[in-house]
Amino acid sequence: MRRVVLGLLASALAFGAQAESVLRVAMTAGDIPIVIGQADQGYEGFRFVSYNLYDSLVAWDLSSADHASGVVPGLAVSWTVDPADHTRWTLKLREGVKWQDGLPFTADDVVWNFGRLMDPKAPQFHPGQYADARTRLPDYKGIEKVDDHTVIIITKQETALLPYQLAFLVMVSPAQYAKVGGWEGFAKAPIGTGPYKFDKIVPRERLELVPNKDYWDAKRIPKQDRLVLYPMPEATTRAAALLSGQVNWIEAPAPDTIDKLRQSGFKIITNAYPHIWSYELSYQGASPFKDFRVRQAANYAVDRAGLKELLGGMMIESYGNVTRDHPWYGKPSFDIKYDPDMARKLLKEAGYDKAHPAKVKIAISTAGSGQMQPLPMNEFVQQNLNDVGFDVSFDVMDWNALIDFMRASAAGPVAVRNSDNGINFSRNTQDPFGAICRFEQTNQFGGSGSNWGGFSNKEVDEVCDAATHEFDPVKQDALFAKAHALMVDNAVMVWIAHDVNPRALSPKLHGFIQAKNWFQDLTPVTVDP
Amino acid sequence: MLRLAALRLLAVVPIALGVTIICFVLMFVAPGDPIQTLLPDNATPEVIALLRQAYGLDKPLPVQYLVWLGHLLRGDLGTSIGTGRSVAAELGAAIGNTAIVAGGAAIVGFSLGLALGLLAGTHRGGWIDRVASAVALCGLSVPQYWLGIVMVILFSVTLNWLPAMGMGPHGLSWHWEDLRNLVMPVATLSLIPAGIVTRITRDRVAELLRQDFVRTLRAQGLPTRTIIAHVLKNAAPPILAVMGLQLGYLFGGSILVETVFNWPGVGFLMSNAILRRDQPTLQGAILVLSLGFVFLNLLVDLLQSSVDPRIRRG
Repeated sequence: MRRVVLGLLASALAFGAQAESVLRVAMTAGDIPIVIGQADQGYEGFRFVSYNLYDSLVAWDLSSADHASGVVPGLAVSWTVDPADHTRWTLKLREGVKWQDGLPFTADDVVWNFGRLMDPKAPQFHPGQYADARTRLPDYKGIEKVDDHTVIIITKQETALLPYQLAFLVMVSPAQYAKVGGWEGFAKAPIGTGPYKFDKIVPRERLELVPNKDYWDAKRIPKQDRLVLYPMPEATTRAAALLSGQVNWIEAPAPDTIDKLRQSGFKIITNAYPHIWSYELSYQGASPFKDFRVRQAANYAVDRAGLKELLGGMMIESYGNVTRDHPWYGKPSFDIKYDPDMARKLLKEAGYDKAHPAKVKIAISTAGSGQMQPLPMNEFVQQNLNDVGFDVSFDVMDWNALIDFMRASAAGPVAVRNSDNGINFSRNTQDPFGAICRFEQTNQFGGSGSNWGGFSNKEVDEVCDAATHEFDPVKQDALFAKAHALMVDNAVMVWIAHDVNPRALSPKLHGFIQAKNWFQDLTPVTVDP
Repeated sequence: MLRLAALRLLAVVPIALGVTIICFVLMFVAPGDPIQTLLPDNATPEVIALLRQAYGLDKPLPVQYLVWLGHLLRGDLGTSIGTGRSVAAELGAAIGNTAIVAGGAAIVGFSLGLALGLLAGTHRGGWIDRVASAVALCGLSVPQYWLGIVMVILFSVTLNWLPAMGMGPHGLSWHWEDLRNLVMPVATLSLIPAGIVTRITRDRVAELLRQDFVRTLRAQGLPTRTIIAHVLKNAAPPILAVMGLQLGYLFGGSILVETVFNWPGVGFLMSNAILRRDQPTLQGAILVLSLGFVFLNLLVDLLQSSVDPRIRRG
């Protein structure tokens, strides 16, 4: 009798386990991202860990697959700049929000979090978290509590970009930090206000999250019973894991597996998102790209449609840092298209032809976050450029070395020693400054920004300056669009591709909306038994 | 025997020091920086400087090495720059995971190699020898990652018999759902040791069977089983030496096989650490692995000398 009861109990438990709907995601990361707030592993870490366990004061709008993804209220319901002093922003915090341990979320928690992220003297300061946060919010000066649900953030100089910058900073529980006695303990039992709660971590194997049933936004309470995240850097392994049913969601399937996945009934989901794969050009020394005609010629030489075919359709042809339908694209007069004859003509005018090609060397990586398929893509572009009168060679590095090379700028020792004239370094274009001005403003060159090659133009500088000081969102968008149009008209880069963020989902998953963003909302996804 | 063990143990100290110094220098000679992956692409020089200071990377190289050594002497392998977790804990878990698959591969590979080698050696020139030698050659020649991928396509994707990746939900256990995860990584990893052990066993057995003492044993009318036992005992030292080396390689973790099967072992850990230039993790892993390799070789030497007294006398 006892055996029968135990057997029935086991069956019931097994049925219960089977009935649990589990979203199993294979990430491209080599390890589980850091769980104590600001994640590592690029934006994938933010996508799956930071924005699931935690919330930011200002959130990304991930509700639509159609419109460009902007910012919306998060833990702050409003943010307004002081009309008399543009360095002071008042943030009204959402009332009724609770940490996952049931404690209320208050202004004191926000002040404590800014200590964690910004103040090296604060006991809760964490250098790794600071490195990420300080870079997102470079003009931060201080924070003041006004009342339990109001804080004032003070900036060193006036900046209209603060709301975008705040969207990158997530809030973690001070009470839990105190309870577990530091960050090492916090990493084993993190607490935030996000839609998912931490359940279990097995380093380098998996992270398991469960729904936060008391989440403040009832619409975003997860519709699965469990979310399991697996680090799986090898694309073939991810595809095999999906095909064999071990996971039901994979990030970035390799282009050559997409047909097979489609044939097997899996959903391939893509959408434009703020990503660019281009050649950033050097304006230093004897770089041929200092000549405007050479830059234009390179843009005319690239057969973007052919490259798209090579990638099985998994890219968007790029004609600027944002797509042509984006509000920040503007109205440039330089109509970029594939026109090899025009490219040859321009190169000839600049003094180059097949017999005397324009010799350029581009630094590329063999792999890396956001680099798509760097080797075949670069070889394709090399062929395009060589066809019109360039002589392209590559300075091939691993991803970490290329990051180092990128930070040192075109005037850095390696670029100078190796006579590099460009870099293929995929970038995010998530916020307007990050999408446009950081690549073309003079003061962004040389270790303090992302103007790798040292492009400089007075008009660009003035427009970018005006845009970062414009507090009216509509006027600000118009100024950034103008800055972008100037960028295209000056052919600041060679624009090649935008990634489409492909992911493959089991046919048993429903309800996912792929926003035009690096970050995605997993909460509406349902899993059929 | 004890003297040999003591001498070899003493030799571990300079070997370990040498290995860590070479590793330390190589990490700095290679382009890249351990803090790069922690920073957004537009990090300012001030932020980079603070982070370098926080991780002690602003100090001169010899000072950094001595600091690391000082911590090591206190039993502290440091903290991973990439994950913020203790290197000792990371390494302990990874070595445990690799040991599961390496142990399995050693048992399968060595048993198969011994059996095939013995069969081939005792049937030299016959069809059994040719088949066994062909199997050994395949084991040595087929790239492991290729075989791993083919096995995944066949047994996971097409037949859906075995899981494609990862460890089972309970780690090391006797649950079938955990053992299933072991089958393909073990089969893939055991291929090279099986091939090498087959070849060495075959050569030694075939050679010994032609020697005078075997002829004498045969003339005395001893049964084949007994003769083979004598031959195997004489063949053991070089086979044990090869097995020791192979065991060392297996426990060092295979970056390719562990990546194909998403097996969270030492190879997987080190591959990530190399990509991120996570120096404390890499340094700790190389130190522990090299010490393991040295101890394993010592163990094999002791085993050899207990099997063959001539080695002890030498």
